[in-house]
Amino acid sequence: MTAQTLLTTTPGQVPVRRRRRFGASGDRPSWGATITLVVCSLAVFVPLYATLTMAFKTTAQSVDGRVFSLPSPLSVDGFVQAWNLTNFPRGFAISVFVTAVTVVGTVMLAAFAAYAIARNWDRRLFRWSFFYLLAAMFLPFPVLALSQVKLTGMVGLANPVGVAILHVMFQLSFSVLLFTAFIRGLPEELEESARLDGATTWMVFRHVVFPMMAPMSATVAIFAFLASWNDFMMPSLITANSTLQTLPVLQNIFQTQFSSNYNVAFASYLMAMAPAIIVYLFTQRWVMAGVTQGAIK
Amino acid sequence: MATAAVTRAPGRDVAAPALVRMRRPRASLTFYLFLLPSLLLFTLAITLPAIMGITLSFTNSVGFGEFEFTGLTNYVALFSDPAIRASYAFTIGFALVTVVLVNVVAFLLAVGLTAKIRAKIALRAVFVLPMVISGIVIAYVFNFLFSNSLPQLGQAVGITALETSLLANPNLAWVTIVIVTAWQAIPSALLIYIAGILSIPGEVYEAASMDGATAARRLFSITLPLVAGYVVINMVIGFKNYLNAYDIIVGLTNGGPGTATRSIAMTIFSGFTGGDYAYQMANATIFFLIAVVLAVLQLRLTRGRNAF
Repeated sequence: MTAQTLLTTTPGQVPVRRRRRFGASGDRPSWGATITLVVCSLAVFVPLYATLTMAFKTTAQSVDGRVFSLPSPLSVDGFVQAWNLTNFPRGFAISVFVTAVTVVGTVMLAAFAAYAIARNWDRRLFRWSFFYLLAAMFLPFPVLALSQVKLTGMVGLANPVGVAILHVMFQLSFSVLLFTAFIRGLPEELEESARLDGATTWMVFRHVVFPMMAPMSATVAIFAFLASWNDFMMPSLITANSTLQTLPVLQNIFQTQFSSNYNVAFASYLMAMAPAIIVYLFTQRWVMAGVTQGAIK
Repeated sequence: MATAAVTRAPGRDVAAPALVRMRRPRASLTFYLFLLPSLLLFTLAITLPAIMGITLSFTNSVGFGEFEFTGLTNYVALFSDPAIRASYAFTIGFALVTVVLVNVVAFLLAVGLTAKIRAKIALRAVFVLPMVISGIVIAYVFNFLFSNSLPQLGQAVGITALETSLLANPNLAWVTIVIVTAWQAIPSALLIYIAGILSIPGEVYEAASMDGATAARRLFSITLPLVAGYVVINMVIGFKNYLNAYDIIVGLTNGGPGTATRSIAMTIFSGFTGGDYAYQMANATIFFLIAVVLAVLQLRLTRGRNAF
């Protein structure tokens, strides 16, 4: 894969290249390798299968010690109880709020900054800003946590808003890196001609550059979504009021208060995981392409 | 790939068309406004806490009220604190074991997933799936499996070591953390290896086949050496991430039994409650220095490949 393809292909094109690798006998697919991989994929499925079956059991069946048995009778009782115990609608709303602010904030801030940086690379301020913003990629949250918790508390942001702001900040480096590399691969002629027609920088960005950035915006948005939706560390430390917690943090009640209602716990876990899995099913290509681009750039 | 990436390096990119610079003597104000929000928020949310943390690490602050500067006292105390040393030893050991396991498994899977196989796209999608699942939630699921299903299996098969929960075994609880972390971390390493293997020209394999190289020979003499760069990237990125271990440990052992699986992040966070706020700030500063060293290492190792 050349840098050219790496910089300009849309994510969908990356994983579909097919070439002969180890199939010794001509073009026929190897059944041995396929079966081996299917067996290996059980490692992915076993915990997910356990979650699924346990979630649909009755409380009585969930404590019989046979985790992998199929639910009989099929019961949604676990979901009903989990819904009430965790106050699911509220937790879900807060998770959606934090995630939405993170996704929109990350895409907007990173796209703005990356466009300014990429088109003014010959100016010192912009060049230095790039490396400054990149530095956070090497600053793990545990290093900053103690001061951030203190500061967010002082300015009244010990709540989901503060969590969302921090999520954006920790996504910014990676996203600016991806966007900057992508914008460098875009032809400048379109922008030039728009400018000759009298378009301002803002109009050029809004109507020419940002639409062309769509594939990379999708990748950036999905990574922001996954990081924010699944995070436990930041909301658990930043948000002071436990009734304003996101879904991953709310799951801790099944470790303490309701630890014997396994069906309820697993139904709750399933409801917390499902949105990310559903989003993944529809956006696999961007997820896969994003990992590769992030690491190899 | 490396050469093409270098020619696109921004410095030369912009320097070449001198015309552009002549027509735009100053950057438009809009560009500054585009950059401003990121710089401002970043400074407030990242830089300020970092400076504050490093400053407080030289004091005796308990997190509130009066404090005075105590020089290097915290740092001196850190190095002789058995709890801190244990957390570093555990975290670094755990990260090393995990990085090896993740890379071996991810590499083998990548070889399989780039071979001629059936249902290639579907299988890739399955192996990447763990990446999108919340670490804490899947850790709770595994917690249940380790404390209920695995002992049952141990009894059925007759392996004494597995008959009691691994989570309650101070000598083996770390194994569960390695397993769950690897479960979640393999996908991203796998995707990077797939990209690496796909970047090897097909002709190389064809030539090797014609010379009679076996599949194993091709794997060790062609694939492995040609993706060596990707192995290094994966190792450094992975090691850096695993040093931050927190969510999965909370879900599995919560640092126990006792303090057998307390990670560096967990000791730092104890500064919230333990009254040793400034002391844990010093711990965080040491941890930060380690992160910087690893970051420099990563940049040096990947420089030829980087777009900047």
